[in-house]
Amino acid sequence: MSASTRWTVPAIREALQTKKASAREIYSDFIGRIEKHNSQWNAFLTLSPDRGLAQADRIDAVIARGEQLPPLAGVPVAIKDVISTRGIRTTCASKMLEHYVPPYDATAVERLEKAGALFLGKANCDEFAMGGSNENSAYGPVRNPVAPDRVPGGSSGGSAAAVAADLAVVSLGTDTGGSIRQPGSYCGIPALMPTYGRVSRYGLVAFASSLDKIGPFATNVSDAAAVLSVIAGHDPNDSTSAAIPVPDYLATIAQSVEGLRIGVPEDYFGAGLDDEVKERVQSAIATLEKLGCRRIPLHMPHTDYAIATYYIIATAEASSNLARYDGVRYGLRVPEGTLSDMYRKTRGRGFGPEVKRRIMLGTYALSSGYYDAYYLRAQKVRSLVARDFADAFQKVDVIVTPTAPTPAFKLGEKSADPLQMYLADIYTVTGSLAGVPGISVPCGETKAGLPVGLQIFGRHFDEARVLQVARAYELAFGNAD
Amino acid sequence: MKISREDVVRVAELANLELTPAEVDTYQTQLDQILGYVDKLTEVDVSKVEPMSQVVFSGEAAAAHPELREDVLRPCDCAGAVLAQAPESAKPFFRVPRVIER
Repeated sequence: MSASTRWTVPAIREALQTKKASAREIYSDFIGRIEKHNSQWNAFLTLSPDRGLAQADRIDAVIARGEQLPPLAGVPVAIKDVISTRGIRTTCASKMLEHYVPPYDATAVERLEKAGALFLGKANCDEFAMGGSNENSAYGPVRNPVAPDRVPGGSSGGSAAAVAADLAVVSLGTDTGGSIRQPGSYCGIPALMPTYGRVSRYGLVAFASSLDKIGPFATNVSDAAAVLSVIAGHDPNDSTSAAIPVPDYLATIAQSVEGLRIGVPEDYFGAGLDDEVKERVQSAIATLEKLGCRRIPLHMPHTDYAIATYYIIATAEASSNLARYDGVRYGLRVPEGTLSDMYRKTRGRGFGPEVKRRIMLGTYALSSGYYDAYYLRAQKVRSLVARDFADAFQKVDVIVTPTAPTPAFKLGEKSADPLQMYLADIYTVTGSLAGVPGISVPCGETKAGLPVGLQIFGRHFDEARVLQVARAYELAFGNAD
Repeated sequence: MKISREDVVRVAELANLELTPAEVDTYQTQLDQILGYVDKLTEVDVSKVEPMSQVVFSGEAAAAHPELREDVLRPCDCAGAVLAQAPESAKPFFRVPRVIER
């Protein structure tokens, strides 16, 4: 087993079945890589070798007994540090939760374990998943494995970088306004945001409850589909998870895309889009046409209002969700003065600048006298953004756009200007507001060698179609085995 | 400026956040800039639009949405583990600074 082996889910399965490698060997190899290279990327905040080795030994015992392997047997996985893991520190990349150890697993985590995955540890991210560059982590930024002077994107920057740097085979991230797709685009790997309600959020630390989703990163679309198959489906512990049957994504992923109608909204190709990104995405659309897809021009008139809508709704929900960090039950406490002083000082010192900024913005938008002008109006415009998608899906099967307006930017380039940072989400927040599934799949590089992502949106709960188109493109483009 | 210093101080109080004077200045400038951008929402005619208060619970998703689960007690032997995370506790309670003077 050489250090340069690029493992995939089926390659690991084959190696285990033919006894070319044991789960323990594969797992130990990845822990070794992380110990050697993580300081370069800062992708991991906490490693979990005790739990991971126990998981590996259980898989090796299954093989020794000659039993059927579960679907993700022996697959080393990184988990974003906003997702609860029993007995493994979960910080949300915040000083507020520096020593917090959850007493239970998120449902997605429990399902990964049951499917045979091996937990490497917790991936760095923007604090409480708020940010688009991973520079808002209280434990330092993540660097982009493709270009170390650049950001990996965010907020799931560590989850993306871990897979891109070959320190994990797959990973879990979360997406509220683009936090899976945008880092996937910046780091040059497939990254899937499922439909709102497709994956249980039990055990996910809440940021904006009407927008948060858990989804996978992988080195190819097929592996992302394998992870989704495991984590998707209704969960009695999350009443917002839908009781819609989960198809076998791997069974339909290789179907021909001939005759599919792909919508191309002109609104995603206007001012602000980098020329090289535009050229790469248009060439990707041409590839899909060569595969037999029919290109349908679209106009989605409320696209330009999505950022403003998103930053009112997401911050309003965040201000409410983050009220729970008060120094009483868990996390940081600054034990000074009265109870009220304790609340204020704990929150003032425990939260970083971006989290405080969003709590302030959300509190303002919900405060007496401003609710109608900001929050209620944003909720109405959200209906219009969702209607744009519903109208488009009357005419097309999927919608294709750039994932982000530019490739990865330099560390520090936007950190002084929050509004510029927010505008990096301009093409991803639309689908987040509508609750539809979306994937970012690599579609080439700029001249400077920076990855560009093609975004594919589908109808609610139609991840199968999204994955099918992404896989067909990936194979045609020669990106994957 | 849309946002005054007093607005920032009032919102920080509502949000239970202690801010330094420098933070108050920064957030005043930044909130003003962001809310100035958000003002573009006033261009949209929303007079005949319902607010989106549910995400995908219409159509197929609504039909497949399960009944809410029974509100019944389920055994949960986790008080010890939960209290172990508390900054200060005295079983079976969380401890906070005194709020009532005797």
